[in-house]
Amino acid sequence: MAEVIWGLATSHVPSIGAAMDHGKTADPYWNPLFDGYAPARAWMARHTPDVAVIVYNDHANALDLTVTPTFGIGTAASYQVADEGWGSRPVPAVTGAPAFSDHLVGSLIDDSFDITVYQDLDVDHGLTVPLSVYCPDPGESWPCAVVPLLVNVIQYPQPTAARCLALGHALGAAIRSFPEDLKVAVFGTGGMSHQLAGERAGLINQEFDRMFLDAIEHDPEKLASLTREEYIREAGSEGIELIMWLVMRGALGPRIRRVYETYHVPASNTAAGMVLFENLGR
Amino acid sequence: MSTTPQVPGTYVFDTAESRRGRALNRLCGSLKHAENRAGFQADEGAYCDAYGLTAEQREAVLTRDWNRMMELGGSIFYVFKLAMLDQRSMQYLGGVFTGMTTEEFTEALRAGGRSFG
Repeated sequence: MAEVIWGLATSHVPSIGAAMDHGKTADPYWNPLFDGYAPARAWMARHTPDVAVIVYNDHANALDLTVTPTFGIGTAASYQVADEGWGSRPVPAVTGAPAFSDHLVGSLIDDSFDITVYQDLDVDHGLTVPLSVYCPDPGESWPCAVVPLLVNVIQYPQPTAARCLALGHALGAAIRSFPEDLKVAVFGTGGMSHQLAGERAGLINQEFDRMFLDAIEHDPEKLASLTREEYIREAGSEGIELIMWLVMRGALGPRIRRVYETYHVPASNTAAGMVLFENLGR
Repeated sequence: MSTTPQVPGTYVFDTAESRRGRALNRLCGSLKHAENRAGFQADEGAYCDAYGLTAEQREAVLTRDWNRMMELGGSIFYVFKLAMLDQRSMQYLGGVFTGMTTEEFTEALRAGGRSFG
């Protein structure tokens, strides 16, 4: 049977990918962030999954505002790297896990999560930057297959934080019911506090971020009880992306170990956080 | 009665704003394709007309009034594609939104970000 071996939560700021793509990770601006990633990367390199389920959102690239699915899963055999308007990132295309995707969709819909299905999907920085945080030098191909799991976070009403945690619980059950012996990693991406527009642009709430980094391990129910208004007020209009971390947390079991975390301000206009959990089973 | 949260100094992009900004966001989103960028740059006014922008949206695009675009239903992820066409960074936009220079805004982030409440 498949099992979740680890969960990674990480910001997916496009400039983190650009810093890697343009060889700027040793610059004084970026060095503290990438130094912070190093121990987690070393651990993950020793624990390679067969498949990563990456919970993320698209940013006006594969999707537009014609249709806004609340939750969706890619079921394709491969995913091209999106051209976001200034050329595609120079990273490998993403290999899918279609049979596993089919199983997740079926299991989640049976569990009353009405998932939208994507047969064609270009993946943008929301997915590829977390892959680069995991594996900075993939060479010709990424170390694992990927199932994209998309969440609407850019148009209100987003799903509630509670619903995201519940989806994570259902996702964990769906993964564990897959009959093949797959090792699965789950990524929750986005955040931490940031706001791109309006008079509050540049908002960073380190107190909230530190609380979130602690509670995501010990008390995810507390984070699930926060309203969307509280996320927007405390973490900013784009900081609400943090609800996607709860999908990852829900997919892990109750027994987890914090392997490593790092937190740095700023990455572009954003507070960048990363926390890695080993799943210790049920 | 809208249930959308009202947060001071913050645009909460909801379904009503999405409807209001529909043409503007469609135009900005189209700029991810090189041929559309060329078309826009060849005749910005005609391109706006082809996308059915309101007169206010058209004026905001042509004058690069970033605050006005946000007030007229723009989504930052769409409007940013127009900014990138102009080689304007998110830090530049942050400065425009907050009345700072790009350098001042960038420095505020490096100093730990802007605090509220």
